[in-house]
Amino acid sequence: MKISATVTLKKDVLDPQGKVVTQTLKNMGYDNIVSIRQGKYFEIDIDENDKEKAKKLIEEISKKLLTNLVIENYKIILD
Amino acid sequence: MKSSVIVFPGSNCDRDIEVALKKFKFKNKMVWHDEISLPKSDLVVVPGGFSYGDYLRAGCIASKSRIINDIIKHANNGGLILGICNGFQILTETSLLPGVLLRNKKLKFLSKNVYLKVTDFKNNFCQNYQKKIIIELPIAHNEGNYFADKKTLKNLEDNNLIAFKYCNKNGDVNNDSNPNGSSNNIAGILNAKKNILGMMPHPERLIDPILSGEDGSFLFESLLKSI
Repeated sequence: MKISATVTLKKDVLDPQGKVVTQTLKNMGYDNIVSIRQGKYFEIDIDENDKEKAKKLIEEISKKLLTNLVIENYKIILD
Repeated sequence: MKSSVIVFPGSNCDRDIEVALKKFKFKNKMVWHDEISLPKSDLVVVPGGFSYGDYLRAGCIASKSRIINDIIKHANNGGLILGICNGFQILTETSLLPGVLLRNKKLKFLSKNVYLKVTDFKNNFCQNYQKKIIIELPIAHNEGNYFADKKTLKNLEDNNLIAFKYCNKNGDVNNDSNPNGSSNNIAGILNAKKNILGMMPHPERLIDPILSGEDGSFLFESLLKSI
């Protein structure tokens, strides 16, 4: 089964890369872009057919490794 | 005094710290990250470098190494731990120290000398800095921007757990003297029991008056005094 997870910086954490991307887009003329926050995307292939079990496992690895919960949040996306 | 330096794939300040430790007569052993247990040590050093190429997050992969369990045990028994640069990042990723090191605010790798104010002397690492409060040490990092929530920062300030702050030549701690955007100009912090120090600057690079200076030497001399 394929599941993906995104990891993004929490709202209060400064994201200088996102800021630079936002500013560059504004410089390119995209005035209506208000802000961009950059994050990470993980494509996970998991040997498990039970959707709930798979989700639980991805949740576990998201907390234990993929995310540093001091600064980041994760979101699991089931296809 | 017995010390152990942990070596990860991608560590590159491990030899420097060994030279420094030996200069101050530590009996040092290099310990590969895949070992199960530490040799008998008073001090464990997690050195600088780019363990695992900074994959995922700086220090993250190293924090899951096999030797880490024994380092945590050493910490809980009151053993001394010093994390320098990448070592500091690894210690935050293992939660032995609070907070996290984010990418430098201006997105540039910084390699230069900075001034530091020693802000706590009542610990095993800094007691000898009482004779010199404003020091100069090199930094060399891409992720040195210390971040923690307000409560954690208040706890660090209120309990004198900040060991070093970035400052200017005169000792003023302000925005202009903050090289990487660190909260409260933090360059190094201690855990609550003060047996663990994590710092971004490199004391091991300033231990020789002929080559560089001796502002790093005070740290090693302090450690010798503490045992």
